[in-house]
Amino acid sequence: MTAVPAESVPAGESTTGEPSGSPPWWSTALHRMTEANVAVVTVLAVFCGLVFGAILIVVTTTSTLHAWGNVGSHPWHAISLSFRTVGTAYGDLFIGSIFSPSALGHAVSTGHGWVALFTPLSETLVAATPLILAGTGVALGFSTGVFNIGGQGQFIAGALAATYVGFGVHLPLPLHVPLVVLAGAAGGAVAGFIPGFLKARTGAHEVIVTIMLNYIILDLLDYLLTTKPLQAPHQSNSISQTIPSSATLPHLFGSGLRVNAGLIVALAVAAGASWFMKRSTLGFTFRVIGSNPDAGRTAGMDAKLATILVLTISGALVGLAGMSTLAGTDFFLSSGYGGGTGFNAITVALLGRNKPSGVVLGSLLFAALITGGRYMQAATGIPLDLTTVIQAVIVFFVATPALIREIFRLREAGSGKILLFTKGWAG
Amino acid sequence: MKLELAGITKRFGALVANNGIDLTVEPGEIHCLLGENGAGKSTLMNVLFGLLQADAGEIRIDGAAVRFADPGDAIRQGIGMVHQHFMLVPVFTVAENVVLGFEPTRALGFLDRQKARADIRRLSAEFGLEVDPDATVEELPVGIQQRVEILKALLRDVSLLILDEPTAVLTPQETDGLFTIMRSLAESGCSILFITHKLKEVLAVADRITVVRQGKVVGTTTPAESDEEELATMMVGRNVDLVVRKTAAEPGEPMLSLGALTLTDERGVTVVDHVDLTVRAGEVVALAGVQGNGQTELAEALLGLHPVAGGTIRLDGKDITGSTPRHALRAGIAYIPEDRQREGLVLGMSIGDNLVLDLHNVAPYARHGARNLTEVSESGQRKLSEFDIRATSVETPVGTLSGGNQQKVVVARELSRPVRLLVAAQPTRGLDVGSIEYVHRRIIEERDRGTAVLLISSELDEILALADQVAVMFRGAVVGIVPPGVGREQIGLMMAGAHEEGDPE
Repeated sequence: MTAVPAESVPAGESTTGEPSGSPPWWSTALHRMTEANVAVVTVLAVFCGLVFGAILIVVTTTSTLHAWGNVGSHPWHAISLSFRTVGTAYGDLFIGSIFSPSALGHAVSTGHGWVALFTPLSETLVAATPLILAGTGVALGFSTGVFNIGGQGQFIAGALAATYVGFGVHLPLPLHVPLVVLAGAAGGAVAGFIPGFLKARTGAHEVIVTIMLNYIILDLLDYLLTTKPLQAPHQSNSISQTIPSSATLPHLFGSGLRVNAGLIVALAVAAGASWFMKRSTLGFTFRVIGSNPDAGRTAGMDAKLATILVLTISGALVGLAGMSTLAGTDFFLSSGYGGGTGFNAITVALLGRNKPSGVVLGSLLFAALITGGRYMQAATGIPLDLTTVIQAVIVFFVATPALIREIFRLREAGSGKILLFTKGWAG
Repeated sequence: MKLELAGITKRFGALVANNGIDLTVEPGEIHCLLGENGAGKSTLMNVLFGLLQADAGEIRIDGAAVRFADPGDAIRQGIGMVHQHFMLVPVFTVAENVVLGFEPTRALGFLDRQKARADIRRLSAEFGLEVDPDATVEELPVGIQQRVEILKALLRDVSLLILDEPTAVLTPQETDGLFTIMRSLAESGCSILFITHKLKEVLAVADRITVVRQGKVVGTTTPAESDEEELATMMVGRNVDLVVRKTAAEPGEPMLSLGALTLTDERGVTVVDHVDLTVRAGEVVALAGVQGNGQTELAEALLGLHPVAGGTIRLDGKDITGSTPRHALRAGIAYIPEDRQREGLVLGMSIGDNLVLDLHNVAPYARHGARNLTEVSESGQRKLSEFDIRATSVETPVGTLSGGNQQKVVVARELSRPVRLLVAAQPTRGLDVGSIEYVHRRIIEERDRGTAVLLISSELDEILALADQVAVMFRGAVVGIVPPGVGREQIGLMMAGAHEEGDPE
């Protein structure tokens, strides 16, 4: 018998020496900053996007390219010119989306030009509003394991319903605006309910159904735009009637700035969604179904009902997004209304890790890139497409946290901070 | 082959899965590696088979140090492994599976099926591994599928065969058959490394036994020098009570009655066939049987998780056939699912949330659609101590707990409702000995409180320890209901399809 007596090995022996006492705060903070947690990865993904954008600027601008061609004789020139070009471009990106220091100086010294000073910020908020609403809607779906790719259709459905209620109903503003808001939500909800119902009843995959529904609604809009009563009178173009001012979302800071009550709706929805997912019983059901439907069913939850409900709610929020641009800034519908907002919502939800607060921050970042990009294009001639590339690179890195960890040699995040947030599309 | 592992160390982050493990397997020896789940057995085997690289230590074959970069290296050196989960292509024949990876070919690359068949026949005859080379694998019983795995290894001229928990899916008779094969392989000079946590099997078949605990070798012994008690103590690190203490059951009124219950799977194949079964209040009825004979579906049907094709389910006289899971739970059924991680828990969520998965939307855990997180947390805290769940806080994600503590969370949740029938499916699968003791004690306590218990287990030891009645299932039918006293042999035969002589109720 060569056995070591069992007692000689202490049971429950710890494999790591636990640090005695709590470490100073800066040590904890440093520790956090060097591990691959959600915040660090996101910030580094944005950083990577900007670096990638900078490289793109350098290799696509004639003057810098020329300077690098002569890098042998004037190396310093090539480097400094590159930095200057990129600096100017990113400076313009900032000026176009947040504020211009020179406009600030002008406003402070002369007392005029305050509207001009706040216009970039206002435009960023205007661009962020539909992204927040639609992104929150899509994020709710993702958290429940439902992939709502039908943002485009639900966006149009919401805008369409808002338009009908806008020009078809005559009410004073305090009643009309809430009705328009509700109509937008209802329109999107219907467009979301259909794939939810089909999935629950027949098992049809929501990705396919929502994508196909996008085409149906897109073409339905085109059809309606050429027929009465939606088409603007005396028009041959595919343009809808304009909604009266009683149906438009009021401006928040005077008529000079386009930022409107839609932003309030969006922030309220994001806050509400955050509470809903964290504290409501239905939100809890959604999260359980989203992370383990089998366990949910075993615990007596109705996964099918949850699917229908979450797609309906998700659709309603995306519909609100369509309403917010229609009643906030556009006032009439045109063919292909909304463009890529429904898809950008998916990106923003991804960037915000399906958390409403994250969606708000992600939407602000994306909106800033869009509005700043327009200014940059006008000022420096660098095409707006650059900002789209930056957005794409950011999302690319956010979606591949392992890559960020490799590049920056970060430690793996501790347990409980599981980074994986994109799951398969099966089921 | 003489295999030596010297000082093998493997770390995963802060966790030391293998800590300086020394192990020697002599030629022609059946060497058992015994340890609980999580003791580091699988890690060690993965290092040996080239699936993982050791951080320190050396592997020596016949005295010469070797390095395995991948399983291919290990196979070339004559090491074969039969995994716990078979690596077979179900729709291929035995012959096709066995030659998969290095198919014998004729001119122009045509598959030489004749040679494959001949090779299998030769090996089958040599080691008593009876298999039809032309049978399709998916149609074979699990025990035979395992033989196919062993044949695969033998055909690659294996001189050390690793068997990873090979008996988990076998009937007692199939297990005996496997042991016979292992001995004939050992006699022919092949070394065998047999990984298990079952003490009886170790004592039955091993030449030498190495026990590991928490990544370290605790000791090496032989069956002659040891017994079950001692091995259990070595494995767990303290004295273990192997016997479940219980008094005779005092059965009351019938609580669960199944009347000709028939279930079909998605393809319409009958998986449970006219089962009549009664479980009385205050008794444990065990469904014995090799996995895949309809027990899982039967349990799911009780909960409303599997549609009923025919027959009735009555709970305390009330017909609950075809009710939803929610109704079944509220009617007083507690359910410990077979796969706690898939059906029982949401791993990313906190212990507190998992404890109220079923009651999250009713008072006191919720009011008017809003959750009462204070109550969830406070009642969770109470359950941590009541059910001996070892965790720092109720906020801890369940996925970070050990298997035993995860199962205690499930048990705590299910027994916190008013319970009339407890359905426990494989309640101790994959648990450490301490947690097994705990779960068994809880089940008996629940029985003594007057709850009807339906136990589903593929571990005969567990059934014999807990059951007051044993219903044996084979191919969807109950082939007999016997008291546990009839013994392993009889129940084992019934698990293989032999009808019980007496009147099956």
